[in-house]
Amino acid sequence: MNSPVFQATTRVITPLLLSFSLFMLLRGHDQPGGGFIGGLLAVTAFALYALAFDARSARRLLGVSPRLLTAVGLSLAAVSGVPALWWGEPFMRGLWLPLALPSELKLGTVLLFDVGVYLTVLGSVLLTLLTLSEE
Amino acid sequence: MLVALPILIPLIAACAGLAAAGSRPLRRAFALLGAGGLLVAAMVLFARVWTRGTQVLHVGGWPAPVGITLVADPLSALMVLTAAVLNAAVTVYALGDIDARRQRHGYFSFIHVMLGGVCGAFLTGDLFNLYVWFEVMLISSFVLMVLGGGRPQLEAGTKYVTLSLMSSALFLSGVGILSGIAHTLHMADLAGRLAVAAVERPWPATCAATLLMLAFGIKAAVFPLHFWLPDSYHVTPPAITAVFAALLTKTGVYALIRVFGLVLPPSPYLFGLLAAIAAATMLMGVLGAVAQIHVRRILNVHIVSQIGYMVMGVALLGAPDPATRRLAIAAALFYVVHNMVVKTNLLLVSGAIRAMTGTELLAGLGGLATRAPLTACIFLVSALSLAGLPPSSGFWAKLGIIQAGFEARAWLLTLTALGVGLLTLLSMLKIWNEVFWKPAPADGPVIALSPRRRMLLLSPAAALTVLSVLIGLYPAPLLKAARRAADGLLDRPAYMAAVGLDAGGTPRGEPAGETGP
Repeated sequence: MNSPVFQATTRVITPLLLSFSLFMLLRGHDQPGGGFIGGLLAVTAFALYALAFDARSARRLLGVSPRLLTAVGLSLAAVSGVPALWWGEPFMRGLWLPLALPSELKLGTVLLFDVGVYLTVLGSVLLTLLTLSEE
Repeated sequence: MLVALPILIPLIAACAGLAAAGSRPLRRAFALLGAGGLLVAAMVLFARVWTRGTQVLHVGGWPAPVGITLVADPLSALMVLTAAVLNAAVTVYALGDIDARRQRHGYFSFIHVMLGGVCGAFLTGDLFNLYVWFEVMLISSFVLMVLGGGRPQLEAGTKYVTLSLMSSALFLSGVGILSGIAHTLHMADLAGRLAVAAVERPWPATCAATLLMLAFGIKAAVFPLHFWLPDSYHVTPPAITAVFAALLTKTGVYALIRVFGLVLPPSPYLFGLLAAIAAATMLMGVLGAVAQIHVRRILNVHIVSQIGYMVMGVALLGAPDPATRRLAIAAALFYVVHNMVVKTNLLLVSGAIRAMTGTELLAGLGGLATRAPLTACIFLVSALSLAGLPPSSGFWAKLGIIQAGFEARAWLLTLTALGVGLLTLLSMLKIWNEVFWKPAPADGPVIALSPRRRMLLLSPAAALTVLSVLIGLYPAPLLKAARRAADGLLDRPAYMAAVGLDAGGTPRGEPAGETGP
């Protein structure tokens, strides 16, 4: 689509959507949100960009191949269950860093799992969308 | 942790393969590493279960009826081990069979995801989680069904996807009803509560059981829900057919065995229905093969017929005598393992035939007995084993099932099983005569295989043949394993104790993570 208004709006909205998706990802453990929703929001940012410009520039914006994102995301999610074993806890037991951040944010394996889900959703949905829009 | 490894290793191998899909040596290395790693993990798990008893993992540390429990009892361990062995064989074969384009599109990654789903389905102790693993397995099988294919593959894929989704919907409805009756979906907990609930309100329980039976029936391809299988399995490359035949329908059979053996209260009505289905499946499968003229289609229709024998074992759970029930389940498990090995092997041979001649139609084939004696030999051993001639592995498998049938006094069913064995032999001889024995057609194409490709295509088949011959000559270890798996399945209190529930379904103290009694 070649509309200057749409393109200018997209330039503003895309970073907003991306930061909102990160916000959703981070608040997800105790409140509504999480990796899945965050990932979908990030997809809408890139999808909007692909609509305003074209699929190739969306790919450039992403920087890495969606396939690689999926692979990394799946691995992170799978590996996030492993640290628990070091402390003799069962696989997938959630562990938190004893770190008081000046916010409600808590760091731990559960967040790692959510980041994995985020990347997997982002990668796999974008892979589908971009492939379809290029054909 | 050991219990989760057969799920984790394939999933991680799938991720690695996906990231490295562009590089030929890397994706092939990851394919072999994943298959090999899974095999090692499955062997270690089986040895651990064999020596120390059922292994349990409360995922995330949530105790039994609340959280999801992974349970490796002898049945699960045996199934995981068999799946891992066959996956290793088919992976080696696929290196020589699957074209570069399919490999680039992630063939090995999807196989690994499917394996993760299959192992998850074998290992989970939760009915809803079983549904989830089924979906993981099915979604990757959808991709494999249409991967890199043209119109025929897409058409077959549509049928396959439609029926699979229907079966999933039935499965989910059944699970929903069970959850409504018993307020739990943890298999051990459910078994205890359903035994009570089914007496108070028998109809909802029977209704849910029927839905589950239909759902697993579609997945296992039993009559009259089997039409999707011969219509869809022959369009994919042989390696994919082989892995589907080895794992997908058998996971359906496993779910039948698990759910009817452990979870659901016995229902004479359902076991009667299952017996009729088993007989019809055996018969329709073998009769359906008569009209076929395509090597792989004949073999695929026979998958259906063989499923009938395994379902017969489940149907004999309706026998009043506990010893007969144990015998039936042990025989069915022996049959499952034997059939997974032999059937996969026959499909691998059919793939090798296609690679050597470029066709799979009986009319265009011939003379392979002199041209490819090793292939002929492998085919003959597996075909006779499928038909159940002594001293093959199929003989012991059929003997066990038929013995259980006689002890349960299911005369008609047992006679059908005997007759179908003969018809199977006829069908296998038809392939033998047309493909190997009759003179080669004058204009038949001859494709010379490079020694490396020949090695990749034939060595897994040869290894599986040796395995099946060994099972035939020394059936005792597998028989013992199958008996122990059957005992473990039917001993409900022991299973409940192993996952940390007492007979009433309440948790017993804090579970200490991974435990073995």
